[in-house]
Amino acid sequence: MATLTGSFKGFGVTFAHMFRKVITTDYPFSPPKPAPRYHGRHILNRHPDGLEKCIGCELCAWACPADAIYVEGGDNTDEQRFSPGERYAKIYQINYARCIFCGLCIEACPTRSLTMSNEYELARDSRQDLIFTKKELLAPLLPGMEMPPHPMRLGETDKDYYIGALTNPGTSAGAERAPWSDADTHDASDPAEHVDRAETAGTVRKEGSPR
Amino acid sequence: MTDVAKKADTVTLTVDGVEVTAEKGELVIRVAERMGIAIPRFCDHPLLAPAGACRQCLVEVEGQRKPVASCTQTVAEGMVVKTQLSSPVAAKAQAGIMEMLLINHPLDCPTCDKGGECPLQNQAMSTGRADSRFVEHKREYEKPIHISSQVLLDRERCVLCQRCTRFSEEIAGDKFIDLMDRSSGEQINVYRDDFFGGEGTGDGQAGEDEGDVPFNSYFSGNTIQICPVGALTGEQYRFRARPFDLVSSPSACEHCAAGCSQRADHRRGKVLRRLAGDDPAVNEEWNCDKGRWGFRYTTATDRITTPLLRDPASGRLREASWSEALLAAAEGLRDARERGVGVLPGGRLTVEDAYAYAKFARVVLGTNDIDFRARPIRSSGSSPATTEEADFLAASVAGITDVTYEAVENAPSVLIVGLEPEEECPILFLRLRKGHLKRKLTVTAVSPYLSRGLEKLGAALVAAVPGDEARLLNTDPAVAGALSAPGSVLIVGERLATVPGGLSAAAALARRTGARLAWVPRRAGDRGALDAGCLPNLLPGGRPVTDVAARAELSLAWRVEAGVLPSTAGRDVDRIVAAAADGTLGALLVGGVDPADLADPRLAEEALAAVPFVVSLELRQSAVTRHADVVLPIAPAVEKAGTYMDWEGRLRSFAAVLPGTAMTDGRVLEAIAALLDVTLNTGDVSAIRRELGSLPAATARPALPAAEVVEPARPAEREAVLATWHQLLDLGTLLDGDEVLAGTARPPVARIGKDLAESLGVVDGDLVTVSTDRGGVTLPAAITDLPPAVVWLPTNSPGSTVRRSLGVTAGAVVRLQAGVPGPILAEGVAR
Repeated sequence: MATLTGSFKGFGVTFAHMFRKVITTDYPFSPPKPAPRYHGRHILNRHPDGLEKCIGCELCAWACPADAIYVEGGDNTDEQRFSPGERYAKIYQINYARCIFCGLCIEACPTRSLTMSNEYELARDSRQDLIFTKKELLAPLLPGMEMPPHPMRLGETDKDYYIGALTNPGTSAGAERAPWSDADTHDASDPAEHVDRAETAGTVRKEGSPR
Repeated sequence: MTDVAKKADTVTLTVDGVEVTAEKGELVIRVAERMGIAIPRFCDHPLLAPAGACRQCLVEVEGQRKPVASCTQTVAEGMVVKTQLSSPVAAKAQAGIMEMLLINHPLDCPTCDKGGECPLQNQAMSTGRADSRFVEHKREYEKPIHISSQVLLDRERCVLCQRCTRFSEEIAGDKFIDLMDRSSGEQINVYRDDFFGGEGTGDGQAGEDEGDVPFNSYFSGNTIQICPVGALTGEQYRFRARPFDLVSSPSACEHCAAGCSQRADHRRGKVLRRLAGDDPAVNEEWNCDKGRWGFRYTTATDRITTPLLRDPASGRLREASWSEALLAAAEGLRDARERGVGVLPGGRLTVEDAYAYAKFARVVLGTNDIDFRARPIRSSGSSPATTEEADFLAASVAGITDVTYEAVENAPSVLIVGLEPEEECPILFLRLRKGHLKRKLTVTAVSPYLSRGLEKLGAALVAAVPGDEARLLNTDPAVAGALSAPGSVLIVGERLATVPGGLSAAAALARRTGARLAWVPRRAGDRGALDAGCLPNLLPGGRPVTDVAARAELSLAWRVEAGVLPSTAGRDVDRIVAAAADGTLGALLVGGVDPADLADPRLAEEALAAVPFVVSLELRQSAVTRHADVVLPIAPAVEKAGTYMDWEGRLRSFAAVLPGTAMTDGRVLEAIAALLDVTLNTGDVSAIRRELGSLPAATARPALPAAEVVEPARPAEREAVLATWHQLLDLGTLLDGDEVLAGTARPPVARIGKDLAESLGVVDGDLVTVSTDRGGVTLPAAITDLPPAVVWLPTNSPGSTVRRSLGVTAGAVVRLQAGVPGPILAEGVAR
């Protein structure tokens, strides 16, 4: 008799769970949302006119304890301007096979060009694809932004860009957020991408690769 | 200690409570340095005169009303010095100066090339405040301005320490950059027409007419290196990397025979910049712009990376495997051995590689037809049978290391013949200048005119028509007088070889006056190749090939049978070329030689085309590889270990800076020899060094040559005698495609005297055409104080390729005409 009661007790536990809250996440169909300050993949932000904030100073690379960042500076000229001021990052690479998401790089960034998004889906099927270049890291263009190279639109000199840029959220609004977190921040220059945007937001697909 | 203290020229002082003995006249900052006390400083540099410009090194000296600058304060007996470590007054003064220096400093460290290795950055951390109290607007200047094509000036960052201006004035003698304006507007700038009130063009180019000389110092790179802030930066390295991601390797310069030690900074297998190394015995802390910036040839697109073999069907070079190419080279050389193989290793080799060539020629090819000299070795008209230079080198240069930089600096008097120090050996020029300014060295030069470089040496000129130097050395009283003081030095350049009897006269003069003799070649590998035996009359170590005992010694050391080493002197470079052109030779083995450098480039090209088999060991596609049957790629200096021998005979060893798979010449030659069943043992640098070290010292030394002095050519109407030498920055193969560096080359001009200018009816800047039967060179005239009927041209500069276009060398008679050439000459000018 006692055995019979024991069996029903066990079924009872199972049955009771049917009324509790489900803790399984339905990944990848509805990916969970991390905490707001979760250290995800990096973004290279832009100024409101589309110029890159990165000046190629390599302080992020210096700060990186995992040696995951490679930067090579380049000369801005009046004909070919990528950022305000003299210097821009000609090559910018973050190797996500090495990155430990500690965030020291974004603390080191003197222009708040480098920030981190909440994006965590960084699995790739080759090591090469884990090296993100400027193409992957640069924030998409918001409406009103223009793809560099182009002249400085917000002032005569780089000081007009940088003085007050850190305390004045207006000049960097939009670019600070993970650009794919809502539909308004898609790449304005490419209307087709809006339609094609992946469900699993932020995944950078190779051009032409099947979804 | 007591002995030192007793000396009259020492004083005892107290620094931070510690008693210390110092030489009289020593600066307080140096004494502190010796004690291990670091006083912050910007303007102070041990090789420059004290300036006290930045005031950062203030210390408290007891009895003085205010803190004093320790970089200008000399020690005195009983002086009590308190640095920032023990004196709050000094610490406060230093902090105050630092705060003041930073008032107008833009703090753009993230974009500044100096960031990470910046004395201002470091000392702001050690001495400065954590926060700025300065809220006003900083002074702004246009940034950066090009003060030459390779140096950029950012005046905002400047702390007015005047290291650059003092270097330019005291060391280089090129006062192109100076303090301008007054008060808060005081700034470093170049002299330019538009500077004083005029409209700025903004291109930063100094004015041509007034404002004086444009910024074309050959030593401008040093100002970048010693700038304690990021005010001076180099175009070539700008924004390329950060100090903390560079790997620094010591190296030696591969350009000229000065033998500078250098530091190569590289990242990801690529050299990004080179800096002057610190070697007080040789280059002190300086180098020239060619050594600093001329390293891009190794990454040129025409670099050869795989062996190439000429396809017999198509006649074109095709890529081949090493084994295939080595076999082809070995077979070709073996088949040609009977008829003879000429070896032209060139003057850019390390001692080890030159030794490999010398050994390969003797042991594998059984010939003495080897000559490292890739330049005219005799005057245009003289007989190819004269071996004056080779005899001179054997008698007076090989294996001799009498004269050093120090000896030159401390000599009472130096006579220079056939050498333009600033253009052909810039570090020797700096040392001569130092001797001249600091030690009252008198310089006398036998040269066609008093060049700017000679002027900076305060040289007395013995004006010589090219070709007449030998007579002057023999008879001119001023020349002999210049060497009369004991300890004098006679410096001859390689160009003296083109004067019949010149080197003989120099050797005789040195013997007559007791002066020490130094021979200064132009390329880094020349002296090493000479001592390694790359001459038709010399075996390694300066042994004459005709000396039986020397051959026996070497046969023993090389473990070859007696009789293998050829016993008669071989052909020199001119005769190798001639023999190759007329079909006598069966093959040529050529190292880094540009036919355009040889006395007759046209004949050299013909020779390369005519000779049945050419093996070329090359770095890049060249005029030789175009004719070669087998091309074997070899390593540039940066990718191999080796040793250069500078003009003093000093060894300048260096390790490989970059890892690479490219092989040294020695290793390639060893591989060819192995296929011909000879063990050359030159594949490993340390093995060669051991072998060279174990060779017994040479004993016999041949007699001095006594070549006849030939009367200089007599030019007729509208003719002149040609004077020519290389400019430091020219069309040399190792400077190919480096536009930034070429931007500061001296503009090529044809220098003519007043007499010629009058007879041609030209003024400064008018075009003048210098021609021979082969072709012509048209350049703007520069009227210079030259002897009558002499014209000077740069040997290998844009628009003036003398050897190729004219086919003659210094001392030859050339025709002159005003303006551009007529149709008859057009073909020659077009090359």
